[in-house]
Amino acid sequence: MKKWMPYLLVSPYLLHFSVFVAFPVVFSVVLTFHSWNIISPMKYVGLANYRHLIHDRLFWQAVWNTVRFLIVHIPLQILVALTLAELLNRTVRGASFFRAAFFLPVIVSGVVVTILWQQLLSYNSGILNRLLTTVGMARVAWLDDPAVAMYSIAVMATWKNVGLYIILFLVGLQSVPVQLYEAADLEGATNWQKFRYITLPMINPTIFTVVVLSTIGGFSLFVEPYIMTEGGPMNTTLSAVMYIYRQAFQYYHMGYSATLGFCFALIILFVVIIQRRYVEQEV
Amino acid sequence: MLQTILKYSLLVLAALSFIYPFIWMLSASLSSESSLGELTLLPVDFTWNNYVTVFTKIPLDRAFLNSALVAVLTTGLVLLSGAMVGYALARLDFVGKNIIFYLIIFTMTLPFQITLIPNYITMVKLGWVDTYLALIVPFALNSLSVLLFRQAFQSLPQALIDAARIDGAGELRIIFQVLIPNIFPTVLTITILTFMGLWNEALWPLIVIRDESTMTMPQLVTLFSVGGRAEGQLGVKIAAAVMLAIPIVVLYLFFQKHFIRSMASSGLKD
Repeated sequence: MKKWMPYLLVSPYLLHFSVFVAFPVVFSVVLTFHSWNIISPMKYVGLANYRHLIHDRLFWQAVWNTVRFLIVHIPLQILVALTLAELLNRTVRGASFFRAAFFLPVIVSGVVVTILWQQLLSYNSGILNRLLTTVGMARVAWLDDPAVAMYSIAVMATWKNVGLYIILFLVGLQSVPVQLYEAADLEGATNWQKFRYITLPMINPTIFTVVVLSTIGGFSLFVEPYIMTEGGPMNTTLSAVMYIYRQAFQYYHMGYSATLGFCFALIILFVVIIQRRYVEQEV
Repeated sequence: MLQTILKYSLLVLAALSFIYPFIWMLSASLSSESSLGELTLLPVDFTWNNYVTVFTKIPLDRAFLNSALVAVLTTGLVLLSGAMVGYALARLDFVGKNIIFYLIIFTMTLPFQITLIPNYITMVKLGWVDTYLALIVPFALNSLSVLLFRQAFQSLPQALIDAARIDGAGELRIIFQVLIPNIFPTVLTITILTFMGLWNEALWPLIVIRDESTMTMPQLVTLFSVGGRAEGQLGVKIAAAVMLAIPIVVLYLFFQKHFIRSMASSGLKD
């Protein structure tokens, strides 16, 4: 083998990394100190973008919207996924059918799921409101009420992703040694005690994975609010990526948009690190 | 006994809530606009009108071909580049190997929000906006696939490589003719993950493609849905969404287990 062979083999990686990872990371930092609309020359503005960001009501609105999304999305996701995984983990006929069914929304595009739910949640003709009125309850403005819209999207996102987390929990549950449960049975432990003191600590890493992936997902929302509500009503569903997109491609504020991207990325990394700390303490 | 009934009713209820909306979607797309809010299994007032309308308003056939072309070509490139880099990392010794490994981990933890705008500017400066290159090249190599290949190659016995070397095989032949056939599950996993990701991706095409004849399916359906061209008709939006879903759902019906296993392995990587 020639000495340069390994380098030839990894050259696609080095090229790709330089152009699509290293350069953009460095350039993103450079951009945050500039004002630029792509056409005219870049203008150095010092910390102006960051100062603007701190006072930008819409930036904080996007952060707050994401927090509200996650407050509903994460617990709901864990609750539903863990319940269904727990059921599947017992001897179940047709387990592979159920698994395949739960997984269906995971594989289709968010675009499809959003268009589907837009119809289910529509105020006048949506199926959910029809069901509500049939049982004599009032219609809910799932997508038009500023206090409700983001939570509707959170429920939809749970429906879309939960199949994946069911599988992850199932893998986690199956890795718990049976002897632990047998020992607990001998001690006369209740089902709840077995779940609380054996299952839960053993699947803690999986819970961490779910929390991290959901957090990243929350900050990556785009097509869901874009199609469903276009960020409305009153920007209550404006997501982080939608705001980056709006600043860059509606207003051509490339410098400010890069600043948004940079700060959202820092927030994501910060939240994930905190979550990891917390999980390590628990174990 | 009671527990068993409870268990199965919960599972069946859950399964219905994941499957029925798709069935409803299909039948709604074949129903007349006025019967849309109804809970049905079969179309009400059967009509092809929604599909006819979609095709007269947007070039969905062209978008389908674009999506297929981009997804197939890019998946091929991901397999090619992933196998080469993964093999070098798994089986060869060279200076800088560890650095590359850490760079890959770094890339995987890097939120895409930070690279989105600079990458768009790169596309502008390269003159790739509105070309297939913008849809293919940035995705032609992927860190997860490199790691999966590395892991798979590490699990193979050295004797396999030694025997091939004695026969005078070069490294590329060793990778693609001798080793790849032994790690078919990994190849399938990467193929599924990459193809599915590309088929469903809407954000990046929305950023780099403005010309309708180069648009991918999810992008075109998104723009159709938010723009005024659906003229407030829900049936046509749903028909467009059904056509976007069909190819991947058909693949899923054939490769169910592999889809689930692949996605699970990508989730557990983090």
